[in-house]
Amino acid sequence: MVTPLNLKELSKKELRFTAGHRLCAGCAAPTVVKMILLAACDYPVVVASSTGCLEVSSCISTYTAWKVPWIHSAFENAAATLSGVESMYKALKKQGKIDKEIKFIAICGDGGTYDIGLQSLSGAMERWHDMLYVCYNNEAYMNTGIQRSGATPTYADTTTCPAGSVIPGKPQPRKDLTKIMAAHGIPYVAQAAPSHWPDLMKKVRKALEIPGPKFMNIFTPCNRGWRTRTDDAILLSRLAVDTCFWPLYEVEKGVVRVTYKPKEKKPIEEFLKLQGRFRHLFEPGREQLISELQRMIDENWERLLKEEEIFASKEEEKEEVVK
Amino acid sequence: MTQIVAATGNEAVANALRQVEPDVCAAYPITPQTELMQRFSSFVSDGKVKTELILVESEHSALSACIGAAAAGGRVATATSSQGLALMWEMLYIASGFRLPIVMAVVNRALSSPINIHCDHSDAMGARDSGWIQLWSENAQEAYDNTIQAFRVAEHMDIRLPVMICYDGFIISHSIERIEYLDDDVVKNFVGEYKPLYPLLDVDNPKSYGPLILPDLYMEVRRAHAEVYKNVAKVVLEVAEEFKKTSGRSYGLFESYRLDDAEIGIVILNSAAGTTKDVIDEYRDKGVKIGLLKPRLFRPFPYEEIGKALKHLKAVCVFDRADAFGGSFGPLYLDIATSLYHYRKKPVLINKIYGLGGRDYMPEHAEAVIEELIKIAKTGRVRSYKEYIGVRE
Repeated sequence: MVTPLNLKELSKKELRFTAGHRLCAGCAAPTVVKMILLAACDYPVVVASSTGCLEVSSCISTYTAWKVPWIHSAFENAAATLSGVESMYKALKKQGKIDKEIKFIAICGDGGTYDIGLQSLSGAMERWHDMLYVCYNNEAYMNTGIQRSGATPTYADTTTCPAGSVIPGKPQPRKDLTKIMAAHGIPYVAQAAPSHWPDLMKKVRKALEIPGPKFMNIFTPCNRGWRTRTDDAILLSRLAVDTCFWPLYEVEKGVVRVTYKPKEKKPIEEFLKLQGRFRHLFEPGREQLISELQRMIDENWERLLKEEEIFASKEEEKEEVVK
Repeated sequence: MTQIVAATGNEAVANALRQVEPDVCAAYPITPQTELMQRFSSFVSDGKVKTELILVESEHSALSACIGAAAAGGRVATATSSQGLALMWEMLYIASGFRLPIVMAVVNRALSSPINIHCDHSDAMGARDSGWIQLWSENAQEAYDNTIQAFRVAEHMDIRLPVMICYDGFIISHSIERIEYLDDDVVKNFVGEYKPLYPLLDVDNPKSYGPLILPDLYMEVRRAHAEVYKNVAKVVLEVAEEFKKTSGRSYGLFESYRLDDAEIGIVILNSAAGTTKDVIDEYRDKGVKIGLLKPRLFRPFPYEEIGKALKHLKAVCVFDRADAFGGSFGPLYLDIATSLYHYRKKPVLINKIYGLGGRDYMPEHAEAVIEELIKIAKTGRVRSYKEYIGVRE
């Protein structure tokens, strides 16, 4: 029986990522992990993680927070490591030594995904391993002390691109990894955020049902790195979605679909002003930086809607032909 | 029934892998290894093996995938050379730290820079402290035999460590030799059914691989790890003994050639040992008491046994096909010196660096060194403790 994705049913399920891990208070990563594993609750799963906050905090010495088989080998290779696990599964299944239907999930930070692990991820997706790779994206190297990554947004202050009197934080735009993964032509790619948990869990579940490689990029607020209130992770996640800073969408077999459109798109200031990493943007004389960010977000959002429209009209054409 | 064939070293090792039929293999092309996994790929495509082949995008991912596959709970193999092994460096330590019985053919090739595709031992020597067992092979027959035995050593329950089988790039990997193959079912029986230990795919008994271990326990973990290596030599000999029964070919921790009554000796690895043995025979005919020691199990290094085998000599030359730049001597020399240091009476020890980047090792090189050793044994005087030979100075 498929477990319905509602609180009543999910609350009866065992948590396969337990309490007692050592992630910071207010960290969104364990919330995201719990959502992923709950969405996968009907399957046995094997999880791989790259080196990072989640890894160092979830399995220390003789303690582990993982009630599912879990493997961490190094920083840049969770996708390659999991591709080995999945290949062994295929081999043993072929030989009749395993009969269970096991799902394979990588859960890795943005450093291990956008930057050092990109090659390994790209290779695993291109080889069409049956796995779901999830990036829990907190937009910097938080484990080593908040250094910039390819996922760090423009003008964010980090310890390696500190907002100074001359350079106002990270000068470059963030890499659009979700699009890069969609360009691999894999069957399913999605962006999600924990504030919109039914959307997130539906996407995880959908991904697990599709054979082959899948990628999800999940927005994961970090109060230490972003210098925000400890209990604002979900609020920030919601604001990121409502300002279109982090659009929720999926690309299924190449078809783009925006899964949530804010009724009223909020100005980016509302997201920025709660975070210490953007505080310098509110200093007098730096107003144009915020408007520049707003312009980038608007352009990105409009492009996404256009992409969706192109596919929607194509789908309509197809339907007409069928009729 | 034994099959006698003419084949290259790569072909022989590919055939050994076909006979063993690992559950998962990962491969990435690099000269001079490429031919090996290419041939194995044909076995996969032609349905001669059921192996899942992962054609990765780098050697780092090759070994990462092997680590995942071995942790998952099955038999795993891969192969590489030179830069490929260098790129794997990080993962070598993780494979051994996880105690995963991965078998890897290392077709020895020089390291860049300058880039060079030909044989020397700097690749495997760079990996000698990574916790992998290393079996070195003089010729294609030894590479084939070592590959088959490697699975038994790696997977032994007292060991569970990864093994490298080293053989010389081009000189062995691409030269055609006479080789005796064992029958497929003989090899299958010899390696036996794989016994998984803490497999990740046992979802009912979940295990975590790769914990963070801080100063409170890290040293104890490493201390316990060091203990495992004490079991290796014994198991290597047990497996060799059983292999002898199957094949008629005997293997030890090292090969001792005309060494027992010798006064001077040469220590040398891999293919150059063949050339040297020929020259030694010539000198023996002339009445010179010379012998040779060719290490097979180079890691863990059998210090005690090698020390005992060499201590009675007056002068020994250790040949290194790799230099340790900025260090004192070549890597093999350092281990031989350590094996002998504790003896009050010990041979004079000299070191020659030879054959880098595929430079030919010729009989006259061995002759010159033997002449030098004769002089040292007679006079006790050493002209130079370390020098390059076969080089334009």
